Amino acid sequence: MYKIISKKMLNDTVCQMLIDAPLVAKKAKAGQFIILRVNEDGERIPLTIAGVIDNNVKIIFQIVGETTMLLGDKKQDEYIQDFVGPLGKPTEIDNLNDVCIVAGGVGCAIALNVCESLKKENKKVTSIIGFRNKDLVILEEEFNKCSDELIIMSDDGSYGKKGNVTLPLDELLASGRKFDKVITIGPLIMMKYVVETCKKYNMPCDVSMNPIMIDGTGMCGGCRLSLNIDGKKVTKFACVDGPDFNGYEIDFDEAISRNNIYKDFEKTRREETCNLLNKE
Amino acid sequence: MQSSKQGIIMPNMSLEKNKMPMLEANDRIHSFDEVALGYSEEVAVLEANRCLHCPNHPCVEGCPVNIDIPNFIEHIKNKDYESAYRVISLNSSLPAICGRVCPQESQCESKCVRGIKGEPVGIGRLERFVADNHVDEEINKPVSNGHKVAIVGSGPSGLACAYELSKDGYDVTIYEALHVAGGVLMYGIPEFRLPKKIVQKEIDRLVKLGVKINTNVVVGKSISIDELLQEYEALYLGTGAGLPNFMDIDGEMLNGVYSANEFLTRTNLMKAYKDSSSTPIMKGDNVAVVGGGNVAMDAARSALRLDAKRVYIIYRRSMEELPARKEEVEHSIEEGIDFKLLNNPVEIIGENGHVKAIKCIKMQLGEPDERGRRKPYPIEGSEFELDVDVVIMAIGTSPNPLLKNSCEKLNVSSRGGIIIDDSGMTSIDNVFAGGDAVTGSATVISAMSAGKNAAKEIKKRLSNLVI
Repeated sequence: MYKIISKKMLNDTVCQMLIDAPLVAKKAKAGQFIILRVNEDGERIPLTIAGVIDNNVKIIFQIVGETTMLLGDKKQDEYIQDFVGPLGKPTEIDNLNDVCIVAGGVGCAIALNVCESLKKENKKVTSIIGFRNKDLVILEEEFNKCSDELIIMSDDGSYGKKGNVTLPLDELLASGRKFDKVITIGPLIMMKYVVETCKKYNMPCDVSMNPIMIDGTGMCGGCRLSLNIDGKKVTKFACVDGPDFNGYEIDFDEAISRNNIYKDFEKTRREETCNLLNKE
Repeated sequence: MQSSKQGIIMPNMSLEKNKMPMLEANDRIHSFDEVALGYSEEVAVLEANRCLHCPNHPCVEGCPVNIDIPNFIEHIKNKDYESAYRVISLNSSLPAICGRVCPQESQCESKCVRGIKGEPVGIGRLERFVADNHVDEEINKPVSNGHKVAIVGSGPSGLACAYELSKDGYDVTIYEALHVAGGVLMYGIPEFRLPKKIVQKEIDRLVKLGVKINTNVVVGKSISIDELLQEYEALYLGTGAGLPNFMDIDGEMLNGVYSANEFLTRTNLMKAYKDSSSTPIMKGDNVAVVGGGNVAMDAARSALRLDAKRVYIIYRRSMEELPARKEEVEHSIEEGIDFKLLNNPVEIIGENGHVKAIKCIKMQLGEPDERGRRKPYPIEGSEFELDVDVVIMAIGTSPNPLLKNSCEKLNVSSRGGIIIDDSGMTSIDNVFAGGDAVTGSATVISAMSAGKNAAKEIKKRLSNLVI
């Protein structure tokens, strides 16, 4: 069992927790993930590590389905059943000196960890973070601290600039601004367009994939992705080969389709859990 | 039938094995209850009396862990089941499991002299009988000898190694990546063939012997081999086979295509067949399972129990070459699994991102290859489609690269299997390995045998050390 050291809501649906997990905390690097189960009979879900404080691992998740709802319902000092990691490969930041981070929604939580790791190494960081509206903005202050430049976007213009994250990225690249790399983390559809924007300017772009998986150690194959490497289709497993990949090689449409496999099941379970927890 | 003359029991000369009582096929396909119910005492004694106790006992040679088979069967004849259990325990730590899942027809029973004319003695069924009827004795923790050994992976190989070491007083800690111990016995082999409470009982017995089990630890990620070596004098790597293989044909990324590992893990480990489970699984009306091994049979029969109307096994060779245990094939046929033999998938056809059909080509068998297996060739122009909504690929696994990626010093073969020497030791001093992590996909019993042999080597090495 793993103790919840602290819990904080970052907005109405995004929750931050610190979990007591010394083994994971000791090894965790930005870009890696954990797998947790909230209780017996619970499913295993992967969550990217949002940071480490001493023996505690920070996770930030959006309450969207049954498992995140049950997790979000847990209180400080309560326990979760299982917590294992760190899994996957860390984000490669060693040879980068000037990076643009492009993140959206709850993906910003993970991006922040990468951003902070870059700043710790005195790298130059430009951050573009996007949200649907003002109420959903999270971690602005934290991003400010570790970014040389921060651009905030909202879909409806209620905060920062109006539009999605590709807009300022396109402007920067069009103006001749060069980065060593763009690193993007967020919804698949957003990452797809960030990659397309980068392609226009031949700008390298890494993406952080978060597919459905069970064991997270390369056993089930559920997290497989199609990559197009030098014109050849190659299958990779996000859990052991990723979760970061060269965005140019990812088949996003396929990944989007695969992420929706259990949509109906998830909807039913979500409704049942809502009833159970007496929430809307 | 058994007859006795002047108090001497004559062998039972029936040419046939006593039948295993089973759930009716029509009933069992709607539940995950165990199919084979086990011999009653009366039948077990009858079957035991089929053993001639022949002088050469070739069956022992056929057993990967060399259980003294005629001896344990002799105890059954005398209705002394606890003595029978003790005989088996000398060589095997998991009798209730091996009695159920070993391919006896290609091991001990293949050597039985009774098999020359008629059926061999039902050794596996007798082993199971003994294990199931064994009354839990008080287990006394052996006196510690002070030596510390870590085992990576809690599948059959790791458990066998742990048993062998702990009973001699070694301080054993098992590290397991998943949230429960048991490895393939828990996530892979289905409940209806190997009830999980039986696996749990064997694991509990190890814990009583003093074995510590740390779940949720991925060695190579949460903790490194080097770190473990600072704390333990020797390691045993029994990490299993790992990455599932796919065919590399079009359509394998469609929704509804599973690896057998994923399909079985969702079902067995995560209990997706229960309403209370939060883990989803796609239940198909028409399911195609590709492959002919035990895993393929397990996947096909699980799919049937998840309400599939029709389940196909697609295998490129013929019934004769099917690698699955004979009993599993028989059970599958009884349950109505449709065997599409001499067929090979060439494409999975989709609609809106989801599986709609599988296109196969008919095959014919050519000359035997160097291993004596007849090589299948496609018959040109013989393609046809089967309407299916779920496809399960059960065509083996490749070694998991996770451990190797985290430890440069660990030498692996070009195919990724961990390289070991004759003693079972890897390229790292005092680090041993065995089971599927070394050989690639094989059997529970061969993995156990490797774990046991490594334990003996570890004992040899450590007992020469002064603590």
